[in-house]
Amino acid sequence: MAVLTPQRPAPGSGAPERESRRLGFSQRLGRWDVKLSPYLYISPFFILFAVTGLFPLAYTAYVSVHDWSLLGGQGEFVGLQNFSDVLAQPTFWKSLGNTLSIFVLSSVPQVIIAITIAALLDQNLRSATFWRMGVLIPYVVAPVAVSMIFGRLFADQYGLINSMLGIIGMDPIAWHGDRLASHVAIASIVNYRWVGYNALIFLAAMQAVPRELYEAAVIDGAGRVRQFFSITVPQIRATIIFVVITSTIGGLQIFDEVRMFDATGLGGPDRNWMTTVLYLYDVAWGNQHSLGRASAVAWMLFLLIVLIGFVNFLITRQISTSGAAKKPKRKSITRGNA
Amino acid sequence: MLSSTRPTRRVAARTLQATAGAAVFALALTACGGGSDEGSAEEDGPITLKVATFNDFGYTDEMLAEYTKEHPNVKVEHVKAATTDDARSNMTTKLAAGGEGLADIEAIEVDWLPELSQYPDLFTDLADPELDGRWVDWKVQQATTPEGKVIGYGTDIGPEAICYRADLFEKAGLPTDREEVAELLGGDSATWEDYFAAGRDFVKESDAAWYDSSAGTFQGMINQLPAAFEDPETGEAKDLGDNAEVKAIYDEIVGSVDDDLSAGLEQWGDDWVAGFQNDAFATMLCPAWMTGPIEQNSGGIEGWDVADVFPGGGGNWGGSFLTVPASGANTEAAKELAAWLTAPEQQTKAFETSGTFPSQIEAQESEAVQGFTNEFFNDAPVGQIFSTRAQAIEGAPYKGAHYFAIRDEVTNALNRVDITKSQDAEESWNEAVEKAAALG
Repeated sequence: MAVLTPQRPAPGSGAPERESRRLGFSQRLGRWDVKLSPYLYISPFFILFAVTGLFPLAYTAYVSVHDWSLLGGQGEFVGLQNFSDVLAQPTFWKSLGNTLSIFVLSSVPQVIIAITIAALLDQNLRSATFWRMGVLIPYVVAPVAVSMIFGRLFADQYGLINSMLGIIGMDPIAWHGDRLASHVAIASIVNYRWVGYNALIFLAAMQAVPRELYEAAVIDGAGRVRQFFSITVPQIRATIIFVVITSTIGGLQIFDEVRMFDATGLGGPDRNWMTTVLYLYDVAWGNQHSLGRASAVAWMLFLLIVLIGFVNFLITRQISTSGAAKKPKRKSITRGNA
Repeated sequence: MLSSTRPTRRVAARTLQATAGAAVFALALTACGGGSDEGSAEEDGPITLKVATFNDFGYTDEMLAEYTKEHPNVKVEHVKAATTDDARSNMTTKLAAGGEGLADIEAIEVDWLPELSQYPDLFTDLADPELDGRWVDWKVQQATTPEGKVIGYGTDIGPEAICYRADLFEKAGLPTDREEVAELLGGDSATWEDYFAAGRDFVKESDAAWYDSSAGTFQGMINQLPAAFEDPETGEAKDLGDNAEVKAIYDEIVGSVDDDLSAGLEQWGDDWVAGFQNDAFATMLCPAWMTGPIEQNSGGIEGWDVADVFPGGGGNWGGSFLTVPASGANTEAAKELAAWLTAPEQQTKAFETSGTFPSQIEAQESEAVQGFTNEFFNDAPVGQIFSTRAQAIEGAPYKGAHYFAIRDEVTNALNRVDITKSQDAEESWNEAVEKAAALG
């Protein structure tokens, strides 16, 4: 390696010496091999990403500055007109509010419940595989099927939940009439689907935590709860960040559940549960038929997700590192083991 | 086939609903021969024609094989999409991409026409003097662009009658016999006032509501205005705030909502489906294809019947066409096949296999259609009833490029009053006016 990557010779004195050590073609090839091969090996991913990720991203930006109808195709260049059109539509702002509300109502409980379930599954349970697979079952069910089942639960007049409320003498909840109630209903559909999946990811991370740490903690007199907060949480910090980021991205892109929440699938007559992705769909394939405006929405949503994802990243990193910083000893043990 | 003026939903259940009528009709397969235009296809080598439909058009493999028998050089391939939504997004995406990958014959619903007729160049002109008089006039008119180009051959239509629950009528002391019910609702000169007045009498004596959904009822009423939201001359949208006709319909419906005539259900929603089992409503506007979903949702409920009456004259809800995209390689041969498929003989057979009510005059008058009864609807002679209803339809309303956007705003306004009860009638109307104006 050292031979192939020589130090840059000093000007003047090095030149003749270099002449004498001229590299043969095969040697040069070998040098390229070492320098380029790693990039070539990972290139399929990046080429694929460029085709399926980067190109659509750039092309969406191109479409968003044009008048572009679904059937009529490309029109004139309009600059930022599509963006200002979208920003002027009250439905866009309402959809943003709905998205954030449903996101908070789904992602926060989702992560907390998932990590709790994972901690329980991490204990010595009988037939552990059975329980672990059990939590994943909701994830395997198709989202549309889940939405149909929940649709019957959350129906206003003849739904199961309102019937139960009626039995215990409470007023029915207007799941499709009240804005917050509809968000709670949709968030519970999302949570039902994703809690088990996230729990398994947490569980996998927890299994990798060295058992000696717990033994040491038990000797020190730490209870289950103390063990969870002082060992488990700091140890799976990276996984927590990963789950928070992915559920942020997922939570801001909720579509199936809201599309299936009523028969029309456009967020109800008040647009009370229209998320931004659903709004995007409606702009492009609904009555506006404007791919230009839809692309503008897509870009604004992208920026929003990056922003919120970044904020979440900072927050989760903060919590975890401050948690770990209190226990510098344990942290160093981790490093050693890792 | 089914109209997408009703809200669309991509669930398998819908396909089931769509094809529900099919089972009942499948019994009486007659073996009448088609074979009118033998040997007129170009004899220039074998070709394959692709026909893309959705739900169930009633085009069986045997029917298509028959065409190949008559035209040995033509092989017909049939692609069925499960739902109208799938078919629509597939078609618009491919049209937008220049027609690559489209079938030689693409089936469309009447509701796609306002949009598609803005791009007449994408379709082959199907006008053919030989076919004059095959369809009811307004069906041809629907698929004719302002420039006079015919972009689709009609398959089925959705003439509307009133479906009602005879058992609930009896409990409320109303007549139950279908002729008497037709009289009760005003007979030949039935008006919407008659319909709502009968409803007011009914709800006094019953726990059930009179009709299922205000948006569905609005659909039936708005379809009777010759030009509801737009000026047919210019295609410009009328100002909804000054639209007295639509406002009158809106007021009439919200008035009936105030009197508890509406069950407050969203059509095709979970509550609506459950409503059939819970005796939620006693009547509904009933296009021919709606008999399928009603039967499907009313398992164990007896008492549905069809009255040969419709308020305010005739009404049509839904129906489909066959188009020939201009980008196809064999548009001439495709046109000939489309004409054959929409011939009265084939559509009569389609009616027998899948219950799609034919738009062809000759097919409507055929023995198979006229003699057809529906056991679930108390053996009502539905073939005859819907034929009479089809004759009462005077024409197709004008629906331009703005139609659906504005109609959706008014429908939302009705739903805010009727279903979510989040606004009062005036407030909700004003919001609709505002939003319709913002559509530009």
